[in-house]
Amino acid sequence: MTQKKTEAWSSKIGVIMAVAGSAVGLGNFLRFPGLVADQETGGGAFLIAYFISLLVVGLPICWVEWTLGRFGGTQGFNSSPGIFHAIIRKPWGKYLGLLGFIIPVGVYFYYVVIESWCLGYAWQSFSGALDLGKDPAAYAAHFAQTTGIKADGAILGFTAPFLFFIGVFILNFVIIYRGLSKGIEFICNWGMPLLIIIALILLVRVLTLGTPDPTKPELSVWNGLGYMWNPHDIAKGLSNPAVWLKAASQIFFTLSVGFGVIITYASYLKKNDDVVLSGLTATAANEFCEVGLGGLITVPAAFAFLGASAVAGGTFALGFNVLPQVFASMPYGHLFGGLFFTLLFIAAITSSLSMLQPGIAFLEEGLGLDRRGSVALLGLVTAVGCTLVVWFSEGLMALSTVDFWIGDIGIFLQGTLLIYVFNFAFGTERGWTEAHHGADIRIPRVFKFVIRWVSPAFLTAIFAMFVLKNVAGWNFSLTTPLFTPTDHILDLIGGPGHPASGVAQLTAFFLLLFTLFSALLIQRAGKRWDAR
Amino acid sequence: MTTAGLLFMLISVGGVTALFVWCLYKVLTGKKPADHLAHIEPVEQADIEKR
Repeated sequence: MTQKKTEAWSSKIGVIMAVAGSAVGLGNFLRFPGLVADQETGGGAFLIAYFISLLVVGLPICWVEWTLGRFGGTQGFNSSPGIFHAIIRKPWGKYLGLLGFIIPVGVYFYYVVIESWCLGYAWQSFSGALDLGKDPAAYAAHFAQTTGIKADGAILGFTAPFLFFIGVFILNFVIIYRGLSKGIEFICNWGMPLLIIIALILLVRVLTLGTPDPTKPELSVWNGLGYMWNPHDIAKGLSNPAVWLKAASQIFFTLSVGFGVIITYASYLKKNDDVVLSGLTATAANEFCEVGLGGLITVPAAFAFLGASAVAGGTFALGFNVLPQVFASMPYGHLFGGLFFTLLFIAAITSSLSMLQPGIAFLEEGLGLDRRGSVALLGLVTAVGCTLVVWFSEGLMALSTVDFWIGDIGIFLQGTLLIYVFNFAFGTERGWTEAHHGADIRIPRVFKFVIRWVSPAFLTAIFAMFVLKNVAGWNFSLTTPLFTPTDHILDLIGGPGHPASGVAQLTAFFLLLFTLFSALLIQRAGKRWDAR
Repeated sequence: MTTAGLLFMLISVGGVTALFVWCLYKVLTGKKPADHLAHIEPVEQADIEKR
């Protein structure tokens, strides 16, 4: 059962750039440095857990996705539901691909909003409008104005943040409409090298900052690097489950595994195209951007100008409150600030484009829509989701609700599902052979054991830990465990001193509707595929 | 920064950079797709006889 392919990558480096572009995002430059610099759960123990997670979860699932994706493509399918349908060959098989459709589309609902913040900040940096002096409150107020965090609907209307959002939303769909090769591949082929060049310029700037204020010799780049990379107590850290959870989660999210993107991208490969070296190269590109570039830029710069207290504030605080202050404090800061936010924008758009392609692929092959129809329908669905996020901006409640239930829980579920389907539905031995078909290099044999036994066990344990921590509110103590429902749960059902949030409930209801709607589409697609 | 911190940084950054460079080298110098070899004359005896 095959169908005529209408799209394909034009070069091997093109698909690698596209997958790397999907993986490299804001987390590489903002979240990872913050995790390493965390004085409680960061340092050497975090790095050891991070690299172990890369070897036992990140790389194996990456190869699994590339392999299953290319196999699905040879069967005439490009979307997760279609590929699972081809692999499992049971009526229920296609529904296992449901998450591979709703995760990327759901994450797009809020990711494109954050992407528009990056473009807005880049514009304002270059124009000098982001130079707000030395008062941290001014930057916090500017962030609040950009995001509408103080009140629902605050940015709606003829405001700069809303116009940037509309512009970025349309730009994504214009690019995706151009197709796989002329759209995504073209942007990534230019965007990824540009991103690395900008990051290298910023790296040189940061590493040559020395001691910006001679009256405060302790605030230097060297000490900033030490604050981030000094290993602390490794044995104590490795015995802390929180360290493993944070490290494995970061690997999972940074590589875009379990996202539904790699499996779709790989489905456009030809039967004899390599997936082993390509998967490894895309992973290595992401790790280079995260550890080699992201790990040396943001935290040392923030530490050198503002000290340790500025670093410990989370991803958004570091990126949109602290770093603008840092750039305002350095010579030609508007230029370097503009470059930094341009870098974030490029990282974001190459990721957001990848979130649309799985949806486009499903609508085309599942409903028989042409490019124009699939882009229009997906544009409508994402416009509704994005409106929810932009409108209910107070406390970023809608954004964080979608992020948690789709961007966290959903990705873990899909990744776990992928590894089990590979081992038990496709077959480890068959999968191993399939992976090496046309491969430029061989996967070391030890990974066969890792994929078969270690990855599923490790991933299941981490997922269970994630649910215990983020849903049940486990205190990470094995001797005196305590469980207190987290804000994500209390926002939905309420609790003592924590009333339920109507916005969180509305967002969750919308996500439920979206999931049911997607399941109905898959059912309809199944009839179409059965008839083929 | 302590010596241990410096070591952690150098090994981490150096490791991922080396891996990325090696991968790029392998990709750029690896085998070319079959499509690019379409101009090569047939080498199978049957193909030659067909011509």
